[in-house]
Amino acid sequence: MPVVANPPTLAARSTIDRMAPASGVGDKIFKWLTLAMALAVVVLVFLVGWQLARGSSLAIQKFGFHFLTTSTWDPVAEQFGALPFIYGTAVSSLIALIIAVPLSIATALFLTELAPLWIRQPIISLIEMLAAIPSVILGLWGIFVMIPWLRDHPFPVLKRLFGWTPLFDGPIYGTSMLAGGIIIAIMILPIITSVSREILRSVPNLQREAAYALGATRWEVTRIAVLSYARKGLFGAVILGLGRALGETMAVTMVIGNTPQIRASLFAPGYTLASVIANEFTEATTDVYLQALFEIGLVLFGITILANLLAQLLLRTMGSTMPPRAVQ
Amino acid sequence: MKNNQYPSWRKTKSALAAMIAFVCALLVIAPLALVFFHLLREGAGAVSWSFFTELPKPVGVAGGGMANAIFGSFQLLGLAALAGVPAGVLGGVYLAEYGTVRSNWLLRFVADVLNGVPSIIWGVVVYGLVVLRFKSFSAYAGGLALGFIMIPLIMRTTEEVLLLVPTGYREASLALGISRWKTIVYVVMKTALKGIVTGILLALARVAGETAPLLFTAFGNRFWNHDLAEPIAALPLQIFSYAISPYDDWHRQAWAGALVLVVMIFLVNILVRVLTRERLARVL
Repeated sequence: MPVVANPPTLAARSTIDRMAPASGVGDKIFKWLTLAMALAVVVLVFLVGWQLARGSSLAIQKFGFHFLTTSTWDPVAEQFGALPFIYGTAVSSLIALIIAVPLSIATALFLTELAPLWIRQPIISLIEMLAAIPSVILGLWGIFVMIPWLRDHPFPVLKRLFGWTPLFDGPIYGTSMLAGGIIIAIMILPIITSVSREILRSVPNLQREAAYALGATRWEVTRIAVLSYARKGLFGAVILGLGRALGETMAVTMVIGNTPQIRASLFAPGYTLASVIANEFTEATTDVYLQALFEIGLVLFGITILANLLAQLLLRTMGSTMPPRAVQ
Repeated sequence: MKNNQYPSWRKTKSALAAMIAFVCALLVIAPLALVFFHLLREGAGAVSWSFFTELPKPVGVAGGGMANAIFGSFQLLGLAALAGVPAGVLGGVYLAEYGTVRSNWLLRFVADVLNGVPSIIWGVVVYGLVVLRFKSFSAYAGGLALGFIMIPLIMRTTEEVLLLVPTGYREASLALGISRWKTIVYVVMKTALKGIVTGILLALARVAGETAPLLFTAFGNRFWNHDLAEPIAALPLQIFSYAISPYDDWHRQAWAGALVLVVMIFLVNILVRVLTRERLARVL
């Protein structure tokens, strides 16, 4: 938290409120104007929900609950089931979390507890730069660099070692669920790292000093005093990353193969909720087709809102007075 | 002797943990290095003067550029700023200057949740809101979608920089009999102006690379846009459509476009960090 000479505390604010109540016309107008603008965020949430529900009302009536449980996606026969996309989103996000969570949390620990001071800021800046790379550019890199490399080197090795399990069985095309998961992992590394770092920084130093005083080594301090204290907040950071992973669109669309199917093999192409919208929205020729895509949007909105609600609640109940701010 | 061995194992373990964490940190920044390396290798050769001045050429004709997409991106960002900045900044003013503890908690919470809405959803919503109604993809629709994304971002940064303005400034101004709103506009916001602008620039840099919300709002255009109510080209859209095309020449153009886009985004980010003081840089 930045150290400010005289931050406006709530006590100071209430004094100001007493000194200068919003009495004049200009004051009233300005106050209400800013309030209206602040409420824009609330209005936007409802606007999104309403717009998506309105756009998909026919599809909801027509397909009902089966929309979520059937796996036929046939625009010609006007049969729409979202299961392959829900499956694809779930599996690719899960792969992304398995890769990104240990890496990000270890990096956050490195940056707050273990690294020498001089190296911290450069690494933090580099991670911020990674966060600033647009999804479409990562996707471009994914298509032309990552996919060919994965196809020729790590995938055959995985197949040789673990080919006996259904997960790594079957032909290797390159574009695959696994590639999609890896690219999502790269996209969510920065946010999990920076939110975890905020969490770890909010652990009181007293906590560390107590452990040091007992003779603990640096790693023991980290494990006993820091990690156990920050567990809930770190979980919040992970869920926040999950929220981002579920909604990642461009980079995934470019490497996952875009085939609406459910296969056990991670080498098989998949499809996600976000990428089916990105690919097929402008091609939706019939009303039902467009409605079905709106409903996919509604499902995606629903699960990302749930993930973000949970994440923000976890981050806010961490006990620190200043909630870790949302990172880009 | 036993006493000596025991702590040394613990110390080794501690050093080992630090090493593993260091390797993890390297792995996290490895993609950045790799992406940048390939962008330079593939893109640098394809960036030329004509890339910035010419329209895309038809398939099979070599050369051409992305002049329309680069200009279109700036037009879209201008529209996005029109849509997103007033709501974002004034909302931030409410949070910092008027809100109660409870209302602020709720508003911040909603803003942060809104920040997590996938960008493609904004495209769908604006499609229903604008494109369906006016029966045309348009620059306005694209700008609105980007503007919506900017609102929660700007709101949070504005709030944080306004809170950095010492209470004494407000009290001094009010003590002179200056009304509350004039105090906020001419004293508080003016003091924090640099920070507010910085927040806006960072939000613009963030949405400059967005592709998903533009797919079915701005839609893209291979020619100059002469009417903002018509489809418009954007750099990220052009990169996407070239990247998934089957033509080698277009792939080269995609790399060039990506390099230009990344350099622009990084320049804004670096500029902002150089310009802002240490104190602000920490908040933003």
